[in-house]
Amino acid sequence: MLTSLAQAVYLIAAVLFVLSLAGLSKPESARRGNVLGMVGMGLALFATVLLAAQNSERPVYVTLMLIALVFLIGATIGTWQARKVEMTQMPEMIAMLHSFVGLAAVLVGFNSYLTEAPDTVHLVEVFLGVFIGAVTFTGSIVAYLKLAAKISSAPLMIPGRNWLNLGAVVAALGLMGWFIADAALAPLIAMTVIALLVGWHLVASIGGGDMPVVVSMLNSYSGWAAAAAGFMLSNDLLIVVGALVGSSGAILSWIMCKAMNRSFISVILGGFGAEGGTVVASDTDYGEHREVSAADVADMLKNARSVIVTPGYGMAVAKAQYPVADLVQRLRAQGGTVRFGVHPVAGRLPGHMNVLLAEAKVPYDIVLEMDEINDDFADTDVVLVIGANDTVNPAALEDPGSPIAGMPVLEVWGSRQVIVFKRSMATGYAGVQNPLFFRENTAMLFGDAKSQVENIIQAF
Amino acid sequence: MMRIGVPREQRPGERLVAATPKTVAQLVKLGYEVVVEQGAGAAANFPDVAYSDAGASLGSAAEVWASDVITSVEAPGDAQIEALQPGATVVSMMSPATHPELLKALAARGVNALALDAVPRISRAQALDVLSTLSNVAGYRAVIEAAEEYGGMFSGQVTAAGKTPPAHVFVIGAGVAGLAAIGAAGSLGAQVRAFDVRPEVGEQIESMGAQFVQAQTAQQEVSSDGYASALTAEQEELTARMYAEETRQADIVITTALVRGQAPTTITAEMVAAMRPGSVIVDLAASGGGNCELTVPGERVVTENGVVILGYTDLTSRMPQHTSQLYGTNIVHLMALLTPEKDGQLVLDLEDVVQRGMTVVGAGEVLWPPPPVQVSAAPAAQPEAAPVAPVDPAEAARAAQVRGQRRMAMAGLGAVLLALALMFVPAAFLGHFTVFVLAVVIGYYVISNVSHSLHTPLMAQTNAISGIILVGALLQIGSESWIVSTLAFIAAAVASINIFGGFLVAYRMIGMFRKDA
Repeated sequence: MLTSLAQAVYLIAAVLFVLSLAGLSKPESARRGNVLGMVGMGLALFATVLLAAQNSERPVYVTLMLIALVFLIGATIGTWQARKVEMTQMPEMIAMLHSFVGLAAVLVGFNSYLTEAPDTVHLVEVFLGVFIGAVTFTGSIVAYLKLAAKISSAPLMIPGRNWLNLGAVVAALGLMGWFIADAALAPLIAMTVIALLVGWHLVASIGGGDMPVVVSMLNSYSGWAAAAAGFMLSNDLLIVVGALVGSSGAILSWIMCKAMNRSFISVILGGFGAEGGTVVASDTDYGEHREVSAADVADMLKNARSVIVTPGYGMAVAKAQYPVADLVQRLRAQGGTVRFGVHPVAGRLPGHMNVLLAEAKVPYDIVLEMDEINDDFADTDVVLVIGANDTVNPAALEDPGSPIAGMPVLEVWGSRQVIVFKRSMATGYAGVQNPLFFRENTAMLFGDAKSQVENIIQAF
Repeated sequence: MMRIGVPREQRPGERLVAATPKTVAQLVKLGYEVVVEQGAGAAANFPDVAYSDAGASLGSAAEVWASDVITSVEAPGDAQIEALQPGATVVSMMSPATHPELLKALAARGVNALALDAVPRISRAQALDVLSTLSNVAGYRAVIEAAEEYGGMFSGQVTAAGKTPPAHVFVIGAGVAGLAAIGAAGSLGAQVRAFDVRPEVGEQIESMGAQFVQAQTAQQEVSSDGYASALTAEQEELTARMYAEETRQADIVITTALVRGQAPTTITAEMVAAMRPGSVIVDLAASGGGNCELTVPGERVVTENGVVILGYTDLTSRMPQHTSQLYGTNIVHLMALLTPEKDGQLVLDLEDVVQRGMTVVGAGEVLWPPPPVQVSAAPAAQPEAAPVAPVDPAEAARAAQVRGQRRMAMAGLGAVLLALALMFVPAAFLGHFTVFVLAVVIGYYVISNVSHSLHTPLMAQTNAISGIILVGALLQIGSESWIVSTLAFIAAAVASINIFGGFLVAYRMIGMFRKDA
């Protein structure tokens, strides 16, 4: 009876999860979507606790105590993390949460192997679940370390790295054969070690600027890991959720790849941006750049009727979103049109810039996507490029030989005046020189983006 | 600390002044002492007291010309050169190409001379380019002068007493002056058409709100140095025909064609004869002899058929207040460049292309002309684009069809293989697999609708719900084996961090998104 009830509750929870993700489609309904997800999760967990108590093989109170302790730990750490995390650190937090799902999938897989009868289908499910979980686990940890700048975000270039990955996969397949034949623990453990190394190596060899793809890819993996756990536990709720999350992450990765005009495979194989921000040998003479002062920029903005701000990762690094929002508010109070143009891969996480701007209380209806705003640059007086580089590089459209050729970019150079906020003349992630800086209508404002924006506000 | 002298302009009728109270304050900020000749700004409506309030001292002509740096609009005459201190620096317009004797006199006096009209045309030097400044003002003023002469209104009117058409303005040459004229005429409400021999400026013309007129096939080669070059005979013929047609229809013609200081003839006497009485021609190239054959430099001429031709050469001087302000700001930019330490010490760096280009006399030697500068403004003459092999649309469609068929075949094959594979798996698995496939499809459609701006909250939310793996761990926690229990406990703990952390951080982020109130 209880099992049937639990099944019914799981069905309701699954529907709620689908509605929850559907609610996230628009900012207006996002709050409702979030709450629906919480309700679904609450129902599912409640039913599960009842089921766990019923099926407990040891005294019920011990099981319930353990479960209570689990929730206590989760609630304490989770709530604390969610409260203190800064929006600039969201990519790290997301990556860390992925690693938890990966770890849980590995452990649940081992347990499933230890507790259930070994038939072939189940063994395959366990093997795959543990493999995906382990790759997700270490991959997410490396992504976390890179995003938190605890290790260098430059790609690790082991010679023959693709052969290493291929060898690892072949070895894992061999171990799977052994595992199915013998149902022994040894091949499972050996495969886990290999998968952990593969996950580590996979992400270590991808550079920092490809992180939006990596994080969404790991998001996808964590979903597939949950789905695999669902198969081995014969739990449809896990399968549904895993499939939802898995396809969600896959779509995000695909969007990111399209925005960089790169194939998913080439991102995953890594090695892009290996030059680590140095200029790719180029004998092109781009001419000279022109510098302006914050006071000059303030003057230009005073006389500008329409302004577009295109932020990039540099804005997040300098934590400049608050002064930028302040500046934008002043310009709007003055009667000008001010909008933001956000490139899909700006930042280190899909939608990262939107969250940073939302945090600084920028209304979301003036934050537009690249496709929505690209035609409007021609009618714009001033464009402020804050901490973006490759995403505003005209070479992507004009120079077929450029490494970023074909990547859709924000066409800021069509406006009357472009102001580029930048620390120095170094190149962006792709290591490509940006001819935008040398255009007639471009002026450079060097220095820390945050303090320079503050200077502009002062000069107002 | 060096002293900058600002003299009163010598030429009769010149109303400009090389510094305004505002720019004086900026020069003082650069560390200079500034002395302004009494009455220097009077004609431009800047009284002496405003200068002294801004931090300048007032002095006689002798004091001013004895300064370390002298900034003026007109180049100094012989008497002023005599008054210069050896080693002083003169900053003014000098037309070095046409006034070699001036350069010789300055060199003989042992001074440095910076010609403001010899700024190399590179983007960095734009801020000091007085020619752009003056052209801009002249273009604007040309429209104002034309409006005064023209017997009608610029904007079309619809009144109870009937309607009047808008004025038709034709602008020849879309340099700085031409574009300024287009802008001014357009904002008065006129219908503006414009032509330039450089086809690539068509976009700029249109961005100012005018219609770009093109002579048929009169496409000029882009020269590598950014200036227009002369036309071939055939192009010239076609262009002349277009000029005739356009001027005949126009009420006002503003012509600004200057190729390296020379004014080519654009409007012939016959074209003028074909224009309506009361039409106005403003010739901004009058200083170079004029684009119109009937232009008399500096004069207003009325032709037999009643067309007014304005050949004024002092258009910038007719708006002394703003012209002086802009000119003075150009000088401030120059001084900022020459005063890297902001300590009132002028340092001339002849390695710098901008400074080298402007320095026509340095320490008693004539340094004109400067070595050529690579002009960044000019796009390198594009090699003819390789002709793209024409793609037959039918062929392309067929290729797409083949691709589509192939994809269909692959999908069909995959479905068959999958079905075959699934025949050998237990029924229970098949049920789960069904759920899985349907969930993936639902996920695809649901997630595709998510707004880009919410992708980060989406990831946090999916993170939280993938913590559902906790369900599996919870069911294992009650196992009789302590190993299983321990592993399950760890798994459950991390998964529950996911659930709480993910949901709450998504909640927090979503709360930040607010609409413009």
